[in-house]
Order: sequence, then C-alpha cells, then structure tokens
Amino acid sequence: MVGIRARGDLLAARLHEAIRANEHVDLPLGSLDITLYRDDLTRVGNAPIVRESVIPFSVDDRVVVLVDDVLFTGRTIRAAMDALVDYGRPRAIRLAVLVDRGHRELPIRADFVGKNVPTAATDDVRVQLVETGGRDEVELVPAAVPA
Amino acid sequence: MTGTWQRRHVLATDDWSRDEIEQVLQTTGAMAEVLQRPIRRTPALRGRTVILFFAESSTRTRVSFELAAKALSADVTNITASGSSVEKGETLLDTVRTLTALGGDVIVMRHAASGAPYFVAERTAAAVINAGDGWHAHPTQGLLDAYTLRAALGDLQGKRIVIVGDITHSRVARSDIDTLVPLGATVTLSGPPTLVPSAWRCGMTPRGVSFEADLDRALDGADAVIALRLQKERQHAGLLPSMREYAHAWGLSEARVGRMRPDAPVLHPGPMNEGIEIAASVAHGARSLIETQVTNGVAVRMALLYLLAAAPEQKE
Repeated sequence: MVGIRARGDLLAARLHEAIRANEHVDLPLGSLDITLYRDDLTRVGNAPIVRESVIPFSVDDRVVVLVDDVLFTGRTIRAAMDALVDYGRPRAIRLAVLVDRGHRELPIRADFVGKNVPTAATDDVRVQLVETGGRDEVELVPAAVPA
Repeated sequence: MTGTWQRRHVLATDDWSRDEIEQVLQTTGAMAEVLQRPIRRTPALRGRTVILFFAESSTRTRVSFELAAKALSADVTNITASGSSVEKGETLLDTVRTLTALGGDVIVMRHAASGAPYFVAERTAAAVINAGDGWHAHPTQGLLDAYTLRAALGDLQGKRIVIVGDITHSRVARSDIDTLVPLGATVTLSGPPTLVPSAWRCGMTPRGVSFEADLDRALDGADAVIALRLQKERQHAGLLPSMREYAHAWGLSEARVGRMRPDAPVLHPGPMNEGIEIAASVAHGARSLIETQVTNGVAVRMALLYLLAAAPEQKE
C-alpha cells in the first residue's frame, strides 16, 4: 500500500492499521511524493516543496494499491504511477480514493472509492484529517457565484 | 520552515536566512532518496537547459552538477575556458551574452575572479549558481557540508566544528561558516597564521567563529573537523616554510583526530593531498565522510537546480 503525500499517506496508514486489526495482515506501507513528476511544474508560480518518498520494500511483482484523498483530473495519479515504476515493475497497480469527484482529464479510474461526490469542475473539495490538526471531514465548497 | 522559494540565483549564502538553508536541506533529503531508487531520474526539469560554464578547472563539482541536472532530466551543455572562445580573448560579458542567447535556463559557473557570478547574474535572464568564485564563495559546498554534518550529528545547535587549513584563500571555509553558523554551530578555525585573514587572527572574527592556531587545542572535544586542501603554490608565495612543516603542525593524523569526541567525523572538500593536510589512514578511516560528501553533493545540487529552475523564470 502506497499513500500519495500529503493526506493520501495518512489515509493509507489508517487503512493499513484497519487491515492489521481486522485481518491480522501487516501490509508493507509506503508514501510517495509526486512533485517531481507533476506535469504542471513549469506553470505553477514557485517551485513546490518536495518531500521525501519512503518506499521501504521492493515493488517488483507485487500488487500495489495507491491511496489518495480526492480523485479529480487524474493527473496526480498519472504522476504517481510514473514515480512508482521508477522503483520497479509492480504486477499491478490499483487505486483507492476517499472521494471521487469526477471531471477526469486522463483515462484513469479508481478501483476502490469511499464515496462518489458529484461536483462542478469549479467547486473545491477540501479534505481535513485529525492528523493534520483538523477533524475528519470532507467539505464541498461551491465556486463563488459572481454577483 | 515557512514560505516558498523566492531566490533567482545562488551566488553566496552569506545573506541567507535559516529558513532558506533549512528548505534546501529538506529538499536535499528528498533528492537523496531519488538517488537511491533503481531508476535515478525524475522528469522535473524536462525541457530545461543547464549550462555548465567552468572558467577554472574542476572535475568533481562539474561532474556533480552534471549528474544532478541529468537526474532531473534537464539538458546539459558544458563550456570550459580552454577550448572555447575565452581562449581567443572573449570577454566575460560577451560569453554571458552568448550563453543567454543560447537559451540556458540555469548557468552554473566557476570563475577565478571573486564576484564574477554577481556580474553575470546582473546581465542574464538565466538563473545563476556559483560553483566557486575565487576566494569568495562556494555555496553548494557549504550546503553539502551542512547536510552531511547534520546527517551525522543531528541538530547542529551547540556543535563545534573545526575548519583547518589555508583559510585566507578558501572559498569553502567562507561558505561553510555562512551555512553552519546560522544552523547553530560554532566554528573554530585553525591553520598557519600566515594563511588566516589578519582581522580574524586578531580576534575580530564573525559571529560564531573563533581562531586557534594550535590544532591540537582546536580539536580537543570538537564535534567534527573539515580539512581544507592546501594549495602547493602557497609555499612558493612564501607563506609556508615547507609542506613537511605544515603536515607536522596542521595535518590531520590519527592521534589528532582522536582528540575530538568519539566518532566525530572528518570532512574534506577534495581533492586531497594525502600525507599533507590529511593522513591516508584518516582520509579512508572509519570517521571519514569524504565519500559521503561526494554523494550528498549531487543531492544538494539537484535541490538547488530544482528550486531555481522548476518554476518559470520571473523576468522583471
């Protein structure tokens, strides 16, 4: 199981713990920072902060489940898959997300979805977690309507 | 650590905030992990061009920058003074105009004249990284030494680092001081008084820095030592009686290194004169981090190239 930073890694850790408690299976757990693989690096204002990825196991011939908070355009997942294959050749890559809000720009879909949430492309979906100092909540913020 | 990266150039670290140093070191940690992967290349700087302009000889720094740029998928072009139009008498200004017109996004430069990178930075749209200018600064060396020491010692707050050798002519010593002191370390300089700036020798040292001519006393209880390369031409300038005398008084021997705290590491920016500033047994011994410095150097340079070149040029 590999969580995408930041937040996907926290959700992956929770899933990892739940699987250990319920199934008594200790899955290898990693976290991935995809900043260096973003396709919009040359379009953002300043260089985004790069954090360390931690993949403390070989991904070769394994089924790797990527975990993220919100699935939107699919570009983050594309970057994560590119990053992951630099570590080896997984047998398969699956995708688990907390929220799928639609509006894909790439041919990507999730294998495991917490909740499908219909949104407008301009809406904002904000995920907060206890680990980041908030409480567990997903907030759908509609785009400001011009008066 | 707060805020995002704002600097366009890396010319020296003497005016950097602790936050900026921390941001580079943190990014370096992420880059060091990239270098551990089976495929040591990320696409971050695809389509960007890095020009390595070395007007003074260098192997390890140039190769280090080249590997760093390639690990980020940038295109790399090398220009050295020998074999280029510099030999035909082209001025630095003309060279800069050409490098800019060629479309470099980053110019990494080494030059024998202190301050040359500042001259270039004012006259090009590219980001400039100083890879060593005269006696002035070698900021990537300072940052990689700080990264290496922090990995070995943890927090540098209250740690005492000895820098021994030819301080006057050392851009490495200056950049090490500029990086280590803001991180909370103190620096003890040691070396022949003829090779230490006179103000520093007389007690007028920068904040966090002191001078102790007697290397044994400087090393007593120290947390780490950085030996500088002794340039043999200093002897001909009359600043040193002989290499043998230097090695006797300021060379890092096993016995001397043992005066430091247990396991206190030994660093050297290379290339080494084994048997002069450092004994071979120390250079290749258990305390030596000299090879680690080389590896970390690539990660530090990746971090800086990323921070300067990932975002679009902010042309004024």
